[in-house]
Amino acid sequence: MMLHYFLRRAFLIGFVFVALTVLAFSLSYLFPGDVLTNVSGLSSIQPEQQQNLIQYYALDQSLLQQYIAYLNRILDGEWGLSFSSQQPVLSEIIAVFPATLELASYALLLSFVLGIPLGLFAAVKADSFLGKLISAITLVAYSIPIFWWALLLIMLFSLTLGVLPTAGRINVLFDIPTTTGFMLPDIWLSDIAYKAEATQDALRHLLLPAVVLATYPTTVMIRFTRDSMLAVLEQSYIKTARAKGLSRAQVLYHHGLRNALLPVIRQIGLQFSTLITLAMITEVIFSWPGIGQWLLDSIYQRNYPAIQGGLLVVSCLVIVVNMLTEILHTLFNPLARKA
Amino acid sequence: MIKALLSLMVPCGSLLILSACQPDIPETIQQGMVYCAEGSPESFNPQRVTSGTTIDAISQQLYDRLLDIDPATGELLPALATAWHLSEDGKTYWFTLRSDVQFHHTAFFSPGRTLNADDVTFTFNRILQTEHPYHQVGGANYPYFQSVGWDSLVKAVVAENSTTVRFELARPDSSFLSNLATDFAAVLSAEYAKQLLQQGKPELLDQRPIGTGPFFFKEYKKDQFIRYYRHPEYWRGKTELTQLVFDLVPDNAKRMAKLLTHECDVVAYPRNAELKLITERPDVEVQSQTSMNVGFWAFNTKKAPFDNVLVRKALAYAINKDAILEAVYFGYADKAKTILPPTSWAFYHDLPEQQYDPVKAKELLAQAGFANGFRMDIWAMPVQRLYNPNALKMAELMQADLAKIGVRASIVSFEWNSFRRKLSEFEHDSVLIGWSADNADPDNFFRPLLSCSAAESGSNRANWCDPNFDNLINQALLTADVKQRRSFYLTAQLYLDEQMPLVSIAHSKRFQAKSINVTGVTINPYGGISMARARKSL
Repeated sequence: MMLHYFLRRAFLIGFVFVALTVLAFSLSYLFPGDVLTNVSGLSSIQPEQQQNLIQYYALDQSLLQQYIAYLNRILDGEWGLSFSSQQPVLSEIIAVFPATLELASYALLLSFVLGIPLGLFAAVKADSFLGKLISAITLVAYSIPIFWWALLLIMLFSLTLGVLPTAGRINVLFDIPTTTGFMLPDIWLSDIAYKAEATQDALRHLLLPAVVLATYPTTVMIRFTRDSMLAVLEQSYIKTARAKGLSRAQVLYHHGLRNALLPVIRQIGLQFSTLITLAMITEVIFSWPGIGQWLLDSIYQRNYPAIQGGLLVVSCLVIVVNMLTEILHTLFNPLARKA
Repeated sequence: MIKALLSLMVPCGSLLILSACQPDIPETIQQGMVYCAEGSPESFNPQRVTSGTTIDAISQQLYDRLLDIDPATGELLPALATAWHLSEDGKTYWFTLRSDVQFHHTAFFSPGRTLNADDVTFTFNRILQTEHPYHQVGGANYPYFQSVGWDSLVKAVVAENSTTVRFELARPDSSFLSNLATDFAAVLSAEYAKQLLQQGKPELLDQRPIGTGPFFFKEYKKDQFIRYYRHPEYWRGKTELTQLVFDLVPDNAKRMAKLLTHECDVVAYPRNAELKLITERPDVEVQSQTSMNVGFWAFNTKKAPFDNVLVRKALAYAINKDAILEAVYFGYADKAKTILPPTSWAFYHDLPEQQYDPVKAKELLAQAGFANGFRMDIWAMPVQRLYNPNALKMAELMQADLAKIGVRASIVSFEWNSFRRKLSEFEHDSVLIGWSADNADPDNFFRPLLSCSAAESGSNRANWCDPNFDNLINQALLTADVKQRRSFYLTAQLYLDEQMPLVSIAHSKRFQAKSINVTGVTINPYGGISMARARKSL
């Protein structure tokens, strides 16, 4: 039963990947300019090189064969060169991607840690003042445009109070060698003498962007947990459990939580694409050197090979996360497996 | 990692953001400086670029030149060359080199010897000899040396012995030494170049630099930062700073914010509109320096009616420069009398100032046969430059001024690359643009802007070719006597004032803002910023 389910999912993800690569592949033709230049990313192609390149990229063959050649190159890690730097696109993506993952995962973690307890509280004490306050604040935070919110925080904490930095991942004077690309692990893996100071500085840099990026998912998390918990609490099995004589806490923990959190898990997957979009905006505001800023720069510079590669990576990430949360949801929910 | 976390929690309490908590930061951080620059460098070899952004970031930091320019007086000072002399006919120069100059010792190169004449010949032969193994590397592009015509001027660069280099010129040229002292004439390492050639990676010479300068290259993260460390064996003595980071922040507002939060110690090019705001803060300071530049309004003198000198003079009288200085430069510029800035030694102090006089302008127009005015285009460059921070606004002000004398001006602008291309094809009536000098020599203003050869190559925005004027500036180069040269340049300025191929508008000041605890960072009027004497008090 389960095996069948995973196979179906694997098939689906394969199909989506094909659709994505077809889209990315066709971009070389849809972008303005010479196809060979768009595919290779070479800024100046000598006439004597041209024939070799056309053969190498299979541009003289049918579209299907070109697409297969493209897939091969993607799998071999040959993603062409970036127009602006003439460096391989893939290595640029590998350099910037961890920063985005790091920021997004801290923000997501923050939204769990804050969102679920607050949502539960707001549901259980729905009629109290605090419960209503949480709901009201959530609504406001949900409606705030993220760039405005980010600027407000920068104005307050950086420019007025002067306690937090405005940009970057760490004070540029800290010379942290890149091993994983994730700042905090890199600090701990390095053999520098000032690890504690560097960690503190990195956390100070992380705080504002993470809070800004976590704002939206946190509010979604609170609202969803609250609504779903309220719905569960209305169910007759809860009343039965209470009638059986279980304490309020026992009912909440054993019957409420598990049922209420199921739809929340699914939400994570659905909200992830929004989170990535918001991460791009956050990166630009805080000069966070992640894939969002890199991709927006590439779009601004009409750097087609980079746009192509960046879109592929970002959309694959979104799809993979979606799939994983689906699977998690299924594991926790026997009903979904049958569906 | 838990230990690391704990050790920071304990002394600082649980509030990470508490700024009062100052842990023991090592020296490389305490004595490190962050310079926030406005853009990324194109290359790490000054021979290959002309952009001021790149020169600021690399030239004075990584390299030395044979000669330096005294920023106060504009005189030439010994640098890598301790002495130099000139043959009788003015066509051969000998330079004696210092023998104690160490190249950078980095992760990718260990120098085996000190600087000698081979390094100097390598540096300049790369530019001059088309068959040189490095000449074609990166596309044979040496824009500064090409613009001053070195390929026809310098015949040979020869190492006579390990400390003597001979330059043979095709003709006497009194601007030659000044060109050697520009930021572009940085001396590279021949040994490093040879090593790279053996490894088959010659292109790294321009990407992973080795020089003799006060700092050595550690790493460059594109669009993020450049990291330099102090060169411990720098021949002028090691710098106070242990580390120097160029933080690349193209956004003006972000650069300003980083100054106020002290993430940047020094900030390049604060916007004129924000200078007042910064000066009110006690913890930051604004420095200014009259820079060697000029913003001007050039007429296409081959096109009617601008081929008529009366029309050009009339238009010059019609422009209210004071209003422009106030609105476009926010008062942070000197009004220009001629294309030379007042700090140049050849500046004509007694030249009468161009007055704002619409009545006179109308008279002149009537004399020229345009009593009812005419239609014209003003091309305004689309980018912000030091010499003209807002050409569109300037054009609007001028449009209003011109309307008063019956001239109906339309404003034209294109994207910057096509703008320059169309300009060099002389499609314009008139254009608002400018020039920043690379060295202290006045020739650097006259020849690239108004000579006949510049009209051919397209950099003469006035499309003005006048044999009398060319004669004056050529004669000025043939003599090394400063008094004589000066008199030629004074005549040239007077002649320009009569002919008015362009209207000089302003010499803008260059600004930088810095934290109050930073000293020793001065703006050099002749080129890139130098951090060699910078220091930070804690």
